[in-house]
Amino acid sequence: MARRRLLVAGSVLAVVVLYAVLVPWLAGVDDRVTDFSQARLAPSGEHLFGTDSAGRDLFVRIASGIRTSLLVALLCALLATVIGVVVGTAAGFWGGWPDRVIMRSTDAVNALPHLLLGIVIVAMFRGSLVAIVLSIALTHWTQVARIVRSEILSLRQRPFVDAAVLAGASRRQVAVRHLVPATAPQALIAVVLLLPHAVWHESTLSFLGFGLPPHEPSLGTLLEEARSSLLLGGWWTLVFPAAVLVVVTLAVAFAGQALRKVITPPQPSELRL
Amino acid sequence: MSLAAHGVVAGYRRRPPVLTDVSISVPAGTIVGLSGPSGTGKTTLARVLALLDAPRAGSVSVDDQVATGTRFAVQRELRGSVAMLFQSPRASTDPRLSLRSIIAQPAEVARRPVDVEGVAARVGLTPDLLTRRPYQVSDGQLQRACLARALAQGPRYLICDEATAMLDAATTATLVRLVEAEAAAQDVGVLLISHDEELLAACCSQVSALADLRREPAGH
Repeated sequence: MARRRLLVAGSVLAVVVLYAVLVPWLAGVDDRVTDFSQARLAPSGEHLFGTDSAGRDLFVRIASGIRTSLLVALLCALLATVIGVVVGTAAGFWGGWPDRVIMRSTDAVNALPHLLLGIVIVAMFRGSLVAIVLSIALTHWTQVARIVRSEILSLRQRPFVDAAVLAGASRRQVAVRHLVPATAPQALIAVVLLLPHAVWHESTLSFLGFGLPPHEPSLGTLLEEARSSLLLGGWWTLVFPAAVLVVVTLAVAFAGQALRKVITPPQPSELRL
Repeated sequence: MSLAAHGVVAGYRRRPPVLTDVSISVPAGTIVGLSGPSGTGKTTLARVLALLDAPRAGSVSVDDQVATGTRFAVQRELRGSVAMLFQSPRASTDPRLSLRSIIAQPAEVARRPVDVEGVAARVGLTPDLLTRRPYQVSDGQLQRACLARALAQGPRYLICDEATAMLDAATTATLVRLVEAEAAAQDVGVLLISHDEELLAACCSQVSALADLRREPAGH
């Protein structure tokens, strides 16, 4: 059941990725070149998703947009998860005062509004992809750290850790062999949950004008453009990028759920049932 | 030559101590039994002897060398000399490792070569079981793997903390016989903790009840 769901969600994602990779390459047109004689054309055989207010083909432009957005989201999700796992493991494993210091600092970061902190970071390095990635990753590792810490706290009390200690394993060996791998399902879920969230965050930043410059397509800049076209009846400028955003979000969420089921060792009680 | 606790006081955070002034000695090559009702501190004593938990007072010595720390802080030469079999084989094995990695771990940590198949055969595990993970084998098979892990460590002392409580009579008998054979062959001192008085009487050279190990306060 989980495997089938993983397959379906994976196929949907694969189609989206193929679309994002192949279309701009096959179309052979620069999606940044404007042609005002073709502006705001409704979807047709020639322009499958219509054109935007500057006459650029949306079928190609959305493909490039997905590429940027997915790249940003993937980097954000991975970076945030790595930071979260490292911080959470350190706090949970050392315990005592290092744990208190680390977790209070985490709370402090968490207490700041994400978007505001993100805008501050982006404002310092205007319009670069790295800034967007950092602004999202540096504000979203806190939940991961929390989850990983609590997982480590419960794991380090387990007899199999005692058994490793008796065998002479060092702190580092226990952490690397038993604790960090055991948080893999949680980390994976974190990546998956962060992925759509990061797409949304990137979109928000670009929508607010703090993200990528308007001629660089991303799902965020496309939606921002749609805002003005929509009032002139250009529904397609909103519907297609938004639909892609929803499809990607759902597919990733489904894939993550199914993947967790597949990689977590079943509990003995589940086997007997 | 013995694994010994001297006047150990131990307990858990901010609670009255579970063990007060307990002393016990497990000589090499003998099987010492320890019995007592639930909740009287048998496991606490086992953990203190295994250098997992620090006593509030008193000390633990291995072959007359007093341990100066617990867990990761134990002297290098003492760590590895005490092995333990836990009550629940499920809880004491990492669910994501294969039985082979579980058995090989002590040797791997000590950077020693180990004949996993050989050790496994000694405890009655067939080679095809070694690629399986804990959830794919029975409690009995898993406890055998835990014994194999303990033996692969090459310990001087072995503490079995209710290690057979979850197993059927046949597996219990095999495991106990294996432990007996090991004690005789390798001169390993064994502390067998159980509430099964018959089992203890059958295989231990001496059996003490935990309550009797408490030294009577002198001069009061």
